[in-house]
Amino acid sequence: MKDDLAQIRDLQVTATTDAGRQIAIIKGVSFDIAKGEMVALIGESGSGKTTIALTLMGYTRTGCEITGGSVLLKGKEMASLTRAEAAKMRGAVAAYVPQSAASAFNPSQKIMDQVVEVSRIHGLMSDTQAQEKAVELFRALALPNPEIIGDRFPHQVSGGQLQRLSAAMALIADPALMIFDEPTTALDVTTQVEVLRAFKSVMQNSDIGGVYVSHDLAVVAQIADRIVVLKGGEVQEEGTAEQILTAPQHPYTKQLVAAFKPAEYATPIDEAITDTILDVQNTFAGYGLIGKDGMPAFVALKDISLTLKRGQNIGVIGESGCGKSTLARTIAGLLPRASGDIQFDGKPLQADLKDRSREHLRRLQIVFQFADTALNPNKPIGTILGRPLSFYHNMGGRQKEKRVEELLDMVHLPTSLKYRLPGELSGGQKQRINLARALAAEPDLILCDEITSALDTVVAAAILDLLKELQNELGLSYLFISHDLSTVQAICDDVVVMYNGEKVEQTKAADMMHATTHPYSKLLLSSVPKLDLGWLDSLEQDPELMRKFSDR
Amino acid sequence: MNGLILSVLLQRLGIALISLFIVSLAVFAATEMLPGDVAEILLGQAATPDAVAGLREAMGLNEPAIYRYFRWLGGLLTGDMGTSYVNDTSVASMIGDRLSNTLKLAGVAALLSVPLAMFLGVTSAMFRLSPYDRIISFLTIAVISVPEFMLATGGVLIFAVYLQWVPALSLASEVSSFGELLRTFALPVGILTVTVSVQMSRMTRAALIDILSSPYVEMATLKGASMPRVVLKHALPNAIGPIANAVALSLSYLVGGVIIIETVFNYPGVAKLMVDAVATRDLPLIQSCAMIFCFSYLFLITLADIAGILANPRLRT
Repeated sequence: MKDDLAQIRDLQVTATTDAGRQIAIIKGVSFDIAKGEMVALIGESGSGKTTIALTLMGYTRTGCEITGGSVLLKGKEMASLTRAEAAKMRGAVAAYVPQSAASAFNPSQKIMDQVVEVSRIHGLMSDTQAQEKAVELFRALALPNPEIIGDRFPHQVSGGQLQRLSAAMALIADPALMIFDEPTTALDVTTQVEVLRAFKSVMQNSDIGGVYVSHDLAVVAQIADRIVVLKGGEVQEEGTAEQILTAPQHPYTKQLVAAFKPAEYATPIDEAITDTILDVQNTFAGYGLIGKDGMPAFVALKDISLTLKRGQNIGVIGESGCGKSTLARTIAGLLPRASGDIQFDGKPLQADLKDRSREHLRRLQIVFQFADTALNPNKPIGTILGRPLSFYHNMGGRQKEKRVEELLDMVHLPTSLKYRLPGELSGGQKQRINLARALAAEPDLILCDEITSALDTVVAAAILDLLKELQNELGLSYLFISHDLSTVQAICDDVVVMYNGEKVEQTKAADMMHATTHPYSKLLLSSVPKLDLGWLDSLEQDPELMRKFSDR
Repeated sequence: MNGLILSVLLQRLGIALISLFIVSLAVFAATEMLPGDVAEILLGQAATPDAVAGLREAMGLNEPAIYRYFRWLGGLLTGDMGTSYVNDTSVASMIGDRLSNTLKLAGVAALLSVPLAMFLGVTSAMFRLSPYDRIISFLTIAVISVPEFMLATGGVLIFAVYLQWVPALSLASEVSSFGELLRTFALPVGILTVTVSVQMSRMTRAALIDILSSPYVEMATLKGASMPRVVLKHALPNAIGPIANAVALSLSYLVGGVIIIETVFNYPGVAKLMVDAVATRDLPLIQSCAMIFCFSYLFLITLADIAGILANPRLRT
């Protein structure tokens, strides 16, 4: 096609490990980007999507190298440019919007200096002109106080604002191609909506081409014209956004789309059971020195009450900093509550972990978000799972060995894994081990703190299925903490919405989309991207509310 | 400058003062613990029990240690470092000349080593893992691994004995012309510069490499910035804190740790004075020298911390 802005043909990238081994990470990828077109690269972590996007700037990260194929951008072969030649293209022809703007801004320079730096480097216009243009862009990206926001340092503005500022930084030189590298992944959903809107409005009606790297199909559906599905450094499927969403051909794409549709959840235990397993009443907790009134300096949980029936699940949702993880830590006793009352199976639960009986410790287990940090990297899986068995059940020898194998079986892992170290397992396998360790205690209640958040969509969906299955077999209850509403909906009976340390609302998970009444819950729920091409454009949110609750 | 940064700075200075007080306690306690009785050593052959008792009384050694400590500390604060046990002159006058000699040596070494270390550290971080970096790394680690007295004696052997370019001893008093000054100082300054700058360049390299792998440096590269621009405008300003600390650590070594150099070259500096004072049990002199070393160390470290605090925009604005 003559109209093509960029052409990638049979691209191959090889990484060299510390040990000197060569690994092919991109294995012959080809696709085109036309003028004014937004192409999304979607895939799980390690699929090579960012690596491919960066080759369009003639750039590979340390240890990686383009070993074959061609990357044509505006007729220039990016794969074989020298550093100085590539530097001329970077920023001017192809511009980059990073994943985490918070760390991509230099902390010791004012924002304006960094935004206009591109024009200084390439000598495009005078500083005054560049600054005027920057202010215009700030306005177009709906940033507050566009005239003065550039005088601030990066730490003085919020994450959502920084992300939009980084888009301004990329747009300042009128590039022909914009590369968005997971630009909203680090943001809360309510902020994400605003940032996506801003991106879309500046990209629409311009002939700037774009590459949008993401793992989130629903986000991509809002902004992309075409979608390239990647796995293991190879293209699985390519098509228009509509085609991929409505009629996926490749099995992997089907899996991705399916993982997104929340499975309806029906409580496995009949309503007749009224046995309460966890009862939290008017609980306060926080961090810092305890003041005269018995309250800590920073109160992270304010007057939280919730009850959970045996065999049922309760979800806690909210954005980062709302106190949901603190709630899990307080119930687990890792952070002793300042006041309030927590009953476990009808008996009072001591505030501090140290004062709890071994029986209470056994029956209430917690599973953390990052299996990487929760599992001792120097101990084989068998030892990790064996420890709670000897601690809670005084098991040893053959009996313990056998139980470890049973536990691995329960979480659908081969028993041969017990000789391996955590570092030799995949992310999903590690999270299963993390879960198996909690199961080893034979608990009644498991506190799950964002346990699927660090996993890829397909892997996370499999973990959720496992949780449900275990619940059916063992009669467990879960307190499920997440920022991802569809996850919570897939597994919980009741949902608690938290905001700023307070419980805002509690509803049935099944009808949470319609039954919520609090303005914050409504805002939060409506901000979750839907697998629907027109979702963002048809979304109507009260700007007053947005200001009040987002971009804190 | 605002309230927050002022309070952080004051806090930092307060900590320095408290450290200095604790150091003075440690110095005093350490000299108290030196084996042997001062009066006995001073009297030598004439140490009859009566004479020892008399001298102890006269020197105030029978008073409780805590009392002597505070008298000593009071003296220090008013600028009175006491009187030497050995030759009855004031400690201040004994140290005066020697300190200026040491500072001369340290000053010249600092002027040479800081730019050298910065240059080596920054360039080897920029061209990390290149042959240039590997050669620099090999040489710096080789120098770090060789003990100083080996370097110093090796230097004397090669440059003074075989080549006879420079004198083996550095007696500053015998210098009459500028050329001679250079020749006299060349070897001790050279060896000090080398030993001090290798540490600094290693630490500068490490601090910079850490920052060069940060996302904002990648971002600057993707904006089309050239390598020098990336390093000088984006990486270095954020490395000021750790680099200032590396420099301070190395420079403080110049003042306190030149003992070996001064001894090898028989250079009349404070460190050599202190070594001699230990041999003669001249406690006031030992204590004063120790305090000078500790003070210069604390001074430099505090200065580096202040530089780090001022370079942090989160505190500055």
